Amino acid sequence: MTYIPHSPKERDEMLATIGVESLEDLFKAIPAVHRYPDLDLPPALTEMEAAAELSEIALANETTNDLVSFLGAGVYNHYIPAAINHLLLRGEFYTAYTPYQPEISQGTLQAIFEYQSLIANLTGMDVANASHYDGATAVAEAVNMAMSQFRNKRTRIVMSAGVHPQYRATTDTYTQFSDMEIVGAEAGPSSTPDALAELINENTALVVVQYPDFFGRIFDYTKLGETAHEAGALFCVVANPTALGMLKTPGEMGADMVVGEGQPLGIAMSYGGPYLGFFTTREKYVRKMAGRLVGESVDSRGQRAFVLTLTPREQHIKRERATSNICSNQGLLALAAGIYMSLLGQTGMRQVAELCYHKAHYAAERIASIPGFELCHDEPFFHEFAVCCPGSVEEINAHLLEHGFLGGYDLGQDYPELENHMLVAVTEKTSKEEIDALVEILSEVSHD
Amino acid sequence: MTDFNLTEAPKIVEPTIYELSSPGRTGVTYPDPDVPRAKLPDELLRKELPLPELSEVDVIRHFVKLSTFNYSVDSGFYPLGSCTMKYNPKINEDTARLPGFANLHPLQPIETTQGALMLMYQLQEWLKEISGFDAITLQPAAGAHGEFVGVLVMRAYHRDRNDNKRTKMLIPDSAHGTNPATSAMSGLKVVQIPSDERGNVDLEALRAEADDTLVGMMLTNPNTLGLFDENVEEVCRIVHEAGGLMYGDGANMNALLGIAKMADLGFDVMHYNLHKTFSTPHGGGGPGSGPVVVTAELAQFLPAPIVAVVEEEADGLPPLYGLVDPSKTVGRVKAFNGHFGMFVRAFTYIAMHGPDGLRDISEYAVLNANYLLTRLRDAYHVPYDRICMHEFVAEGRWKDAPDIHALDVAKRLMDYGFHPPTNYFPLIVHEALMIEPTETENKGTLDAFVDAMLKIADEAHTSPNLLHEAPTKTPFGRLDEVKAAKELILCCWLPEDYGNQ
Repeated sequence: MTYIPHSPKERDEMLATIGVESLEDLFKAIPAVHRYPDLDLPPALTEMEAAAELSEIALANETTNDLVSFLGAGVYNHYIPAAINHLLLRGEFYTAYTPYQPEISQGTLQAIFEYQSLIANLTGMDVANASHYDGATAVAEAVNMAMSQFRNKRTRIVMSAGVHPQYRATTDTYTQFSDMEIVGAEAGPSSTPDALAELINENTALVVVQYPDFFGRIFDYTKLGETAHEAGALFCVVANPTALGMLKTPGEMGADMVVGEGQPLGIAMSYGGPYLGFFTTREKYVRKMAGRLVGESVDSRGQRAFVLTLTPREQHIKRERATSNICSNQGLLALAAGIYMSLLGQTGMRQVAELCYHKAHYAAERIASIPGFELCHDEPFFHEFAVCCPGSVEEINAHLLEHGFLGGYDLGQDYPELENHMLVAVTEKTSKEEIDALVEILSEVSHD
Repeated sequence: MTDFNLTEAPKIVEPTIYELSSPGRTGVTYPDPDVPRAKLPDELLRKELPLPELSEVDVIRHFVKLSTFNYSVDSGFYPLGSCTMKYNPKINEDTARLPGFANLHPLQPIETTQGALMLMYQLQEWLKEISGFDAITLQPAAGAHGEFVGVLVMRAYHRDRNDNKRTKMLIPDSAHGTNPATSAMSGLKVVQIPSDERGNVDLEALRAEADDTLVGMMLTNPNTLGLFDENVEEVCRIVHEAGGLMYGDGANMNALLGIAKMADLGFDVMHYNLHKTFSTPHGGGGPGSGPVVVTAELAQFLPAPIVAVVEEEADGLPPLYGLVDPSKTVGRVKAFNGHFGMFVRAFTYIAMHGPDGLRDISEYAVLNANYLLTRLRDAYHVPYDRICMHEFVAEGRWKDAPDIHALDVAKRLMDYGFHPPTNYFPLIVHEALMIEPTETENKGTLDAFVDAMLKIADEAHTSPNLLHEAPTKTPFGRLDEVKAAKELILCCWLPEDYGNQ
């Protein structure tokens, strides 16, 4: 009973106060035949034994510490400053609940308000919410918001094939029982914004593109946004927050919503989660946006203070009339991202973006110089790029793994037309030596 | 109503990071590039990056200061009903941060992630065993997300049978708001079923709605009154006879570990809340984790992917774990592999409890709730008064103290050093105070809480202003929520003349 503090004497006193004989007597409402089933679970471990067992399980993994990684595809191996974890481990933050009682939750509330501000400023938008589960569900919620904006009267979503395949799959799942038709994938993975613009019509509720796109390419979407607006549709950009350290903001391009995955902002890769879905919009749409929002106010003592606001949009008030059922946010991860951006500031955010950019371009140039390898696209790119390989990516990656390298993402998994294409990611952590070593091993492949 | 002084500029207790910013500072430095600089795409660059600039010590002091404004489980008793604010063991934070877990990319080849996959597989097996179900997905990111997955699976089941007339979901009037919101979000018509005088589902009302348009019913059990539905098997039978499926909202599983298996009671689908029942921390509002368990009949519809043995153990080699898609999957509900960090914590917690320890959790959670109920029922009216499970609902109102509301009781509790219970929920109780102590609180803490509650009941009659003006001993007083909603200040910026400072 590691975490149960009762002594037998206290337990018996409490039972006597209640007026029952035993703990079992408290469960008589449960059908006797189903009461106290056997649980086939291993016997309890002490903390010492559990710590050892978990360490052993963790050691069975080969991580990005053990291997040199060129894997990205939506999750990036950035440096996480030490201060973040030290602050996240403060029990005052991580063992608190949703700040429904603002008098004793100003720490969480002000931190979320600052997170909202940082995300809004980074994306060039008016307002950010307190976050969604991840990048994929943030995109699905953007679709949800557009459906609600047009009261389901517009039924077309134009979504670029350059939006992360798992985000598109998630959106398909969310909309499978609705009348929504999602188009755009058929334009093909190498399509440009112009090809997408042709799919926009008067029935289009939302246009969704990714920036940089899944293949790392950077497009100026201003014109596409104008086309969307001319048709009366909303325009959503799925952005990589690291890239926004140097690139023109989606806000400047006229986006109505900017959403994305916040993992690059100081959050551990942790085999896929928990991460952070950021979500921003224009002031005029704020009441249509799902998710928690923190606003500034004052308290009864004349102090500036923060509070959850516009709650009538949410499920606990609106119930079946709410547009989304979300009733949490990724609070602790939003805090991590807020601390990350505060630590890096203008200088650090720009530096990380530029380091990623320069190193990725060095890697791209070196890889493209290997016989048999070439870059798939000639548009500008950020820190990720697609490479056409002389053979199967799976086999190349198996060869790389033998040398202690995690190769890039196999694009053929999601795009049949991109068989033998690898998506290579580079971050500020990747060194020139590591890139040169990768090129050397790939050269061996090309000679095979 | 609290009076707010809106004429003077508000006093700033802790500046925002924007107000603390000073041009030229940074909290992290990075090395110069070790590769030649590439040409930047000039026309695609942003002109300004209006983020604050602070040193590391500025950032640390700011957030440490903010943390002191928070009430948390680590600082005191947090009897927030339906949220299961139990103690979060420290070892869980250490195991989740082991480098072998934290530095794992979700798209790595499975041969390099066998530890993580084995842990997920084992957790799947344990959660199936605890609930009695046959199949599971760990994907859902939170309880509400799990509900959404469960409802999608139920709809997929009917669609697969070409039974397309089913568009109605039954939901008790005591349900969490997420239940009707989830059903509506999935395009279903919600029909509310009343509770009877013992707090159970009203069987007559249920029978009247149980027809062939039924997708199913979403039922929390124990329900939000903290009561085990005494007719739960009959409820499941009625829904099944109408061809519907029973969804179990597992929000209150802290009452049932080793006490009863939800599948045995007749449920077809259920979501867990790892952040409630299995002690993964609430994080100030998230992340949660909401695995969904189902019967064998529904397994093929679960979201993709799930963890399975892809090569059996043979020739002294361990089994190979991998990610597979169920045959008629509803699809993917988020990117990657679920909230893995939460799985490590829940795994650690279950491993340290074993079958007997899990049953202890529920027995002592129920003991603590009944102890509080017994000691408070004379001072606070309890509308559905019988042996409760892990929580109970009292009323924060008295006929002879008409100006006092549940909110006032809640705020006054803060002055006594306690986090208030959930108030104004469930909706079927007027001025509800929903109290869930959890198993990790000792008798001394519970007695101190009772003392404070009894004192407040007394003050409500003798000095109501103490309640109306509360809290006075917290770092902040009551908030002007009207001003927040009216002015809608949702974001701050660097001052306009920032660059010239």
